[in-house]
Amino acid sequence: MTETAPASATPAQESPAQARSLADRMREIEVDPRMIGMVAALAVIWLGFNWLSGGAFLTPRNLWNLLVQTASIAVMACGMVLVIVTRNIDLSVGSMLGFVGMVVGLVQVRLLPEIWGFEHPLTWIVSLTVAIGLGGMLGMFQGALIAYLAIPSFIVTLGGLLVWRGAAWWVTQGQTIAPMDSRFRPLGGGIEGAIGTGASWAIGLVICGLILAGIVLARRRRRRFGFALRPLWAEGLVAGVACGAVLVTVAIANAYPLPAGIARRLTEAKGLVWPPGGLFIGHGLAVPVLLALAVGVAITFLTTRLRFGRYVFAIGGNPEAAQLSGVNTRKVLTLVYGLMGALVGISACISTARLNAATNSAGQLDELYVIAAAVIGGTSLAGGVGTIAGAMLGALVMQSLQSGMVLIGVDTPLQNIVVGLVLVVAVWLDGIYRKRLG
Amino acid sequence: MDMTTPLVEMRDISIAFGGIKAVDGASVDLHAGEVVGLLGHNGAGKSTLIKILSGAYKADAGEIRVSGEPVAISSPRDAKKHGIETIYQTLALADNVDAAANIFLGRELLTPWLTLDDATMESETRKVMGRLNPHFRRFKEPVKALSGGQRQSVAIARAIYFNARVLIMDEPTAALGPAETKQVAELILELKKQGIGIFLISHDLHDVFDLADRVSVMKNGRVVGTARVADVTQDEVLGMIISGKCPAGATPGPGALRG
Repeated sequence: MTETAPASATPAQESPAQARSLADRMREIEVDPRMIGMVAALAVIWLGFNWLSGGAFLTPRNLWNLLVQTASIAVMACGMVLVIVTRNIDLSVGSMLGFVGMVVGLVQVRLLPEIWGFEHPLTWIVSLTVAIGLGGMLGMFQGALIAYLAIPSFIVTLGGLLVWRGAAWWVTQGQTIAPMDSRFRPLGGGIEGAIGTGASWAIGLVICGLILAGIVLARRRRRRFGFALRPLWAEGLVAGVACGAVLVTVAIANAYPLPAGIARRLTEAKGLVWPPGGLFIGHGLAVPVLLALAVGVAITFLTTRLRFGRYVFAIGGNPEAAQLSGVNTRKVLTLVYGLMGALVGISACISTARLNAATNSAGQLDELYVIAAAVIGGTSLAGGVGTIAGAMLGALVMQSLQSGMVLIGVDTPLQNIVVGLVLVVAVWLDGIYRKRLG
Repeated sequence: MDMTTPLVEMRDISIAFGGIKAVDGASVDLHAGEVVGLLGHNGAGKSTLIKILSGAYKADAGEIRVSGEPVAISSPRDAKKHGIETIYQTLALADNVDAAANIFLGRELLTPWLTLDDATMESETRKVMGRLNPHFRRFKEPVKALSGGQRQSVAIARAIYFNARVLIMDEPTAALGPAETKQVAELILELKKQGIGIFLISHDLHDVFDLADRVSVMKNGRVVGTARVADVTQDEVLGMIISGKCPAGATPGPGALRG
């Protein structure tokens, strides 16, 4: 009612040719300027460490490992975004990861072998299912305490942090369980967890195809309703950047060669001759990285395309309004924690497989890294705001800092100091950004 | 008008919070195409009474009838099922999502694959907002970026889009400027013409006298009395609000001062 712009005949005729700021332009092509800021920050971190380490950071080997190390935190960060968006917090994820990891170890090393014997082909999938189911149940339980008994989430999950860590010890009275099933280990990466170069290119091309199809479909639907369309150059830019990123990632993963001994064994297993000069066999993408990407895509779909996600954000924006609109806020909150728990289950499998052992100290301090990843990725602790892609990038930023500091030989205490400072500064900058442009 | 079955009847409604009777045996009714003003001081119980009708609270005792049929309203969803929509004083908007998401919150349109049909929702939002506020353009922005009047339009659009039969407006003009207040007044008359029954809760006696057909006055959780605005003066209604004295032109309720 306060706007004075003349009414246009159809919605498609809007967007007059007036002077527009950069932020408006970005909004027009539906690119979040904060996302670009994060990518820029990541570029600075990568180039900085590459320079400090004398070129050791931007190598296929380091980047491959960096992605694998990010996977576990990135998976949990997806769930943490939803938790924080509803104005809650989950401090229990690290301990829950430890407990679920121990149960998974127990199931596949002690229980299943008694029924099926060792190395049964179904062991890995049963383990993964148990982890997701158990994590989901523990999460729902915590969520129900928060939603139905109105106990603050900080307290419930602080309790969870202590309870699940203790429970993790209790599973085996502190004993470490190892080794893991050979079909389970690929979940953690490593040489078994690399899918090879051919499959990596195939997956990369499929992803590119899906990105293009998605853009075309979205455009077609907007046209059908006569809404303003993004300019074609913007569509092309978004498509190009997205597909380029996918293909570069595949190329880097493929450029990291398997160790000579393993490459030789693989070659000879195929009945081929190992040439005297050796052969270059690339790793290809790692299973945990693909798993994390799949989780990211699934949760993004959930938050942006499904009713559930809409409710999660509405609750974060105004819990009372959501309730008065007929949203069952308690049920939604319980499910959010259930989802968080299920994702902890996946991460527990990734960490256990990567370590090739279940230990009761697994996941210590993970809750803080997961929360930090979500918050660095633009999730507001006040609720209602956050993106999955941002949180996953946040996880990559955190892991890049840590890996980089390890690479240039920074002591652990100093690493923690730096990560802590970066977290605080990142949130401060984000706050300034929101005030200026939000 | 009084001979027909009322659209909504609330009979002997009571609710207590921690031993304090916020509403005590209150009865009000509303006919199709009628505007009933609910008046009273802060804490007189008018907002609480109306929240029982909109499903935000559940009454301890009493009966609600819609078109003569007793109904059970224990959640906002139940109220909406009976065509009772509410525009809250706080507007009850989720500030972080856009107009379409707010209008369809809890009643989203879905595609055949059960995903959100944002395109249709946006298109419908453009239609309903075009009726209420033709200059509205900011369909993609979170509603916190909107002006008070625009936010009010979104809240009204949410209430009328789903073919409401009964509209509850809690202080609809408290946060608005004179021009926007006039626009809301015009809308109320327009909706009334369409046969929608409206409960108007307001502090502003002038507003109520301009728009309402009848007024019910509450004091200390009880109904002081109900009167057609033609039968009472503003001073008499003020007397009902302040001292609970029921004038000759009004039908006294259980809360009326007994002489």
